[in-house]
Amino acid sequence: MKEIIKKIENLMDTISRPIKLMEVCGTHTVAIFKHGIRDIIPGEITLLSGPGCPVCVTAIKDVDIAIAISKMNGNILFTFGDMMRVPGSKHSFYQAQAEGANIRIVYSPMDALEFALKNKDRKVIFFATGFETTSPSIAGTLFEAEKADAQNFYIYSTHKLVPPALKALLDSGEVRIDGLILPGHVCTISGSKPYEFLVSEYKVPSVITGFEAEDIIQGIMMLLEQIASNKPSVEIQYKRAVRKEGNPKALSFINEYFEPCDAKWRGIGIIPMSGLKLKDKYNRWDATKEFNIDVPEPREPKACQCGFVLRGIKIPTDCPLFGKTCTPERPVGACMVSSEGSCAAYFKYGRWGK
Amino acid sequence: MCVGVPSKIVKIDDYMATIDVEGAQREVSLLLLNEDVKVGDYVIVHAGFAIQKIQEEDAKENLRLMKKIFGIEEVPPFSGKSRKKRKALGS
Repeated sequence: MKEIIKKIENLMDTISRPIKLMEVCGTHTVAIFKHGIRDIIPGEITLLSGPGCPVCVTAIKDVDIAIAISKMNGNILFTFGDMMRVPGSKHSFYQAQAEGANIRIVYSPMDALEFALKNKDRKVIFFATGFETTSPSIAGTLFEAEKADAQNFYIYSTHKLVPPALKALLDSGEVRIDGLILPGHVCTISGSKPYEFLVSEYKVPSVITGFEAEDIIQGIMMLLEQIASNKPSVEIQYKRAVRKEGNPKALSFINEYFEPCDAKWRGIGIIPMSGLKLKDKYNRWDATKEFNIDVPEPREPKACQCGFVLRGIKIPTDCPLFGKTCTPERPVGACMVSSEGSCAAYFKYGRWGK
Repeated sequence: MCVGVPSKIVKIDDYMATIDVEGAQREVSLLLLNEDVKVGDYVIVHAGFAIQKIQEEDAKENLRLMKKIFGIEEVPPFSGKSRKKRKALGS
């Protein structure tokens, strides 16, 4: 470890300018704080958190619609625990639950399917959120639902894709990013190929990185080597879990059930082809088709700086709401809503520094 | 959200497997795996599905650090005698 740090210091001497690296995975955000990575790397390296938490960026309107669906007679909405505190325009799932909405937490979408198969008089909706790591599990659950001929099981898909968000970020040109720490488990599924445009189109050094301290430090070192030699590429640091081609079987499950669509990211807006919706031939599983509910267009909270934080332009402590009206218990903006959001991580670890 | 937990396969029944993470066991689906696995292999598990096979040494190292990073305390230390069936870690 000491050797790697020494090497990083030497590389920074060679580069001799401040460097901004961005991670785009909430698990990295948390791991960087927990390991105290900022304390052991040179101060000239700034680590930014990009749009890496799929729960955080779930649109307010999706929360509102899901709550409305959960309140319909006989319906039960299942979701992952991380989603419960995400604010809608009036309520989060937790608050709606307290007011009688039928919302439950499961560890796996398969648990929701199992419930549906045992309770055929109820309509069971799974609120599906997540990046490429999670969408294959939903596709796998749909495969099982089809096999079991579940007539009362539906998916509300708010799945998002990482590469289009990175493209939007780089296209905006608002912040100079010297290197990207790419998400290890997302790439376990997708492989490195969908990220090659980062180099061919934007020449941004990129390293697919694991989640241990040694992984992250090594990932940073690899990025600095690319920067120092001015040879950007997409490298895999997290080799024990990521193959260049990803997991082809998991990808085939995604492609069977889902197709890309434009999607709204909380705090950012609509990013073209950055979401996943069910293919038309699987309409019968689509909660948005089955329940066909619309709600008034919600407004993003005033004074909230999440859009800037997610794009790497500001850090959480630049926001006037941070730690005052916006806390993990009562989040206002996207980055505070899940423990993996950058504001929540800053708040929890009290590291309001660089 | 994208936490993946390195887990040891202790039983395989068709495409479902029982995994053990330091004594905590649960059923996961092998549907999404691209390669064959056998009892004793390690896989990364996310939301009830195994998503990739990994090497055992890597898995142990991963797990040690996962516990450190995420402060997972509900998982009891490994004991061959009293394995309780309980929820695995995170999603």
